[in-house]
Amino acid sequence: MVGAACAYYAAQAGLTVTVIDRGPVAGGTTGTGEGNLLVSDKEPGPELELALLSVQLWHELAASLPSAIEYEAKGGLVVASSDDGLRALRGFAARQGEVGVTAHEVPADGLGELEPHLSPGLPGGIHYPQDAQVQPALAAAHLLKAAASQGRNQPRSRSRPRLRLRLGEEVTGLLTGADGAVRGVRTATGEVRAPYVVNAAGTWGGDLAKLAGVELPVLPRRGFVLVTEPLPRVVRRKVYAADYVADVASGSAALQTSAVVEGTAAGPVLIGSSRERVGFDRSLSTEVLRRLALGATALFPVLAGVRVMRTYTGFRPYLPDHLPAIGPDPRLPGLLHACGHEGAGVGLAPATGLAIARCLTGGEPPVDIAPFAPARFGPEPLGPGPRAA
Amino acid sequence: MPSSASEPPASQPYDLAVIGAGPAGLAGAVTAAGLGLSVALLDASEHVGGQFYRHPAATLGAVRPEALHHDWAAFAGLRRGLEASGVSHLAGHHVWSVTGQDGDWAVHAVTGSDGGQERPVRVRARALLLATGASERQLPFPGWTLPGVVGAGGAQAMLKSGLVLPGRRVVVAGSGPLLLAVAGSLAAAGARVPAVVEASGYLRYARHPRVLATNPYKLVEAVVHGGALLRHRVRPLPRSAVVAAHGTDRVEAVTVARLDRDWRPVPGSRRRIACDALAVGHGLAPQIDLATALGCATRRTVDATAALVLGDGQETTVSGVWSAGETGGVGGSRLAIVEGELAALAIASRLDGQTELPQSRRAVRLRRGRDRMRAFADAMAAAHAPAPGWTQWLPDDTDVCRCEEVTAGRVREAVTDLGAGDARTVKLLTRAGMGWCQGRMCGAAVACLAARGGGPVPPPAERRPFAVPVTLGALAGLDADAAPGNPTDD
Ligand SMILES: Cc1cc2nc3c(=O)[nH]c(=O)nc-3n(C[C@H](O)[C@H](O)[C@H](O)COP(=O)(O)OP(=O)(O)OC[C@H]3O[C@@H](n4cnc5c(N)ncnc54)[C@H](O)[C@@H]3O)c2cc1C
Ligand SMILES: Cc1cc2nc3c(=O)[nH]c(=O)nc-3n(C[C@H](O)[C@H](O)[C@H](O)COP(=O)(O)OP(=O)(O)OC[C@H]3O[C@@H](n4cnc5c(N)ncnc54)[C@H](O)[C@@H]3O)c2cc1C
Repeated sequence: MVGAACAYYAAQAGLTVTVIDRGPVAGGTTGTGEGNLLVSDKEPGPELELALLSVQLWHELAASLPSAIEYEAKGGLVVASSDDGLRALRGFAARQGEVGVTAHEVPADGLGELEPHLSPGLPGGIHYPQDAQVQPALAAAHLLKAAASQGRNQPRSRSRPRLRLRLGEEVTGLLTGADGAVRGVRTATGEVRAPYVVNAAGTWGGDLAKLAGVELPVLPRRGFVLVTEPLPRVVRRKVYAADYVADVASGSAALQTSAVVEGTAAGPVLIGSSRERVGFDRSLSTEVLRRLALGATALFPVLAGVRVMRTYTGFRPYLPDHLPAIGPDPRLPGLLHACGHEGAGVGLAPATGLAIARCLTGGEPPVDIAPFAPARFGPEPLGPGPRAA
Repeated sequence: MPSSASEPPASQPYDLAVIGAGPAGLAGAVTAAGLGLSVALLDASEHVGGQFYRHPAATLGAVRPEALHHDWAAFAGLRRGLEASGVSHLAGHHVWSVTGQDGDWAVHAVTGSDGGQERPVRVRARALLLATGASERQLPFPGWTLPGVVGAGGAQAMLKSGLVLPGRRVVVAGSGPLLLAVAGSLAAAGARVPAVVEASGYLRYARHPRVLATNPYKLVEAVVHGGALLRHRVRPLPRSAVVAAHGTDRVEAVTVARLDRDWRPVPGSRRRIACDALAVGHGLAPQIDLATALGCATRRTVDATAALVLGDGQETTVSGVWSAGETGGVGGSRLAIVEGELAALAIASRLDGQTELPQSRRAVRLRRGRDRMRAFADAMAAAHAPAPGWTQWLPDDTDVCRCEEVTAGRVREAVTDLGAGDARTVKLLTRAGMGWCQGRMCGAAVACLAARGGGPVPPPAERRPFAVPVTLGALAGLDADAAPGNPTDD
């Protein structure tokens, strides 16, 4: 997703782009996650700034991309389970409001109007109308398709495509020139020359950085999502329990689950979300399933009789401070990073892509990207970088 | 709650859990119990026997179900063996997942779903035998979703268990030795079978005379030798396919075309055959969701399905998990029985602490029989492997995925315009395979379309963590703590 957004904005800025992926389109974490575009779960700070710009960009993208990306500006509803929880939520929303998040408190008797099937007796919640949703795999595929047709209608573009897709091709090394700057990449089947290389390898961004001789500690954080049989709209918005915010921000390796329930355009209800750090272990955890099901049925009792068709597992790319790496790497001229977005890479993709495009064309990034500096975890290169053959 | 001599004390795991009570699972369970193991046998169905030994429900009072069966005696023997064995038979248990737990296996099932009250059940065991069989492969064509179009295997099953015919004039079509068996049963039960439309040529068997000699489907032999079906005026049409079914409320006729070597319809060869039902199927594909979710490796079979990789003693690539029957490649009920027995011997010897495969006379004989039958099955499968040209009878507006109503055109577009090069990406981009059947119906077709016509490809051995759908209520009701080994449904 992030790579597609970088390619889209770079092509729009007039650059020629080659997108290389060892798999198919959306074959990484993007194909295994949900597509929530959220401001509601973020506390004021650099990530929220990125998110606010992104929801705006997604809105614009949705107008120009086909409806197939399933963009829905449906809003989010965060519900509290106790009066104390509601007070905490209220304070959180007030601070978000100061930086531009729209948030409305919903009293207990107003919840039913927003979400008729919500469990009765909840003390109240906060409604976030800016939260939206896309189908991530389709969004990525259509962004790439749109990027490929950028400039195609311009008379001077001499039929040379702005964007080339090289799928099923693994990057195995970086090419550098005599001056030590990046000159392109080596892949399993050849070389691709370019003055700039953007590392948008998601959860594998650390491995790619290592190929370039720099360190970037991207690690996997596993998540399960349950997918139900298709239903008529029982869940209208994205609805989640207030403890989700605490889990998202947590640094703990232990399993955390909090109920996140949402309907989709296609009918199935998606139920997240678990977070645990167990490396790349795919095996099904029945404990995770149990907790997700408990959380979801506590919020929406009608779901108890609904069948789960499948579950998917993905590995969110995270960095120790839970912020992505975005921008040029001072340790290797010509290398830029755009990875480590953890559980928000779909939401944060457009702002990330735009920032990268601006860096590549010498423009001013649309938000301050200093907090996302790729070298923040260690300024020194690990060892001698690879040299051009 | 069945209770038996071989049941382990509460809180102890069973020695062996067998999933699937078809020929393979039955043979495995009965043999293992005979060797002194405590065994739980789980099956989604209320009856034992699997695909092959479907018997008319007792209430129908059918006389002589064996009239529809060649190998009834073998089944009767296994069923008696089960009754005498002390195996805990958990009928009506849908297994949705198996997970590792403290060095043992935890089999997660739901029961009672047919009656509305679904309950989770967990069975722990030291060893696992997966005998989940196969399901029918379908290749779509215009009209394949019309009422009256049924799976060939489904038609046979209907006949065996309920003695109902899908129609009075039934065209049988597709590919594989099953078709002749189905045609024979339908005709014997009183249906008119105007044609058996087979995409490959039966003559190819002639190149493997030994295959014919040991063919479990005796009817094939009969047809090749120009006999039995003629009596019922059943006409085999080799190298042909049903390329469209017609009708408004129900199928009224089919169009049949001749096929070239690559299964491309030959221009000018189309003709209509009137019928009120069509039984169609392109062979069987191993049902291996539980195994792939555990990480068991798969191989591509000669007829482009994915089957489990199995060792000489029927063990999968995951230690402690064995498999027998169609899961390792389709090969008929006799092969399934032999493999089930062999797996039980290997499991008993492993649980006994042996690392080598058993070398008893019995084990050696079983292995030899298995290898011989597997080789025959492979030769037969090769003769029926779909060739890439079949997608030419699939126009863009035909639904490929019937659950999500995804047309062939949309699948093709995902491949040409959106960069999908495999079935998984097609699914992400089109929803083909995301519906109720989770791609079990359309997986083969989608994989072929995704491969850009580059030859038949097995659908990816997909991980479907839920082998069957489970309600959220049942999931929420799972035990949080380590459960006792015995099922908790008493
Ligand atoms: C369960 C779950 C739910 C989620 N829900 C949401 C949500 O609601 N909203 C949201 O915004 N985010 C969500 N996320 C997070 C989101 O999915 C990720 O942040 C996002 O997909 C990351 O995108 P990416 O482009 O950085 O990585 P990826 O999609 O993983 O793309 C990286 C690509 O790099 C390729 N690659 C890696 N190494 C190489 C190499 N050496 N050579 C060539 N190619 C290579 C990979 O093949 C891959 O395709 C969720 C994640 C999970 C797991
Ligand atoms: C129409 C038809 C005609 C045939 N004719 C012949 C013939 O003439 N001669 C011949 O030799 N062979 C024939 N066969 C093939 C024969 O049926 C199979 O070879 C044999 O049944 C395979 O045995 P099995 O034990 O591997 O699988 P199956 O018999 O398919 O049994 C698998 C069992 O596993 C159970 N199961 C699967 N998944 C789960 C789950 N998740 N939870 C719980 N239970 C599960 C199923 O309910 C089923 O009972 C025919 C097959 C069909 C369909």
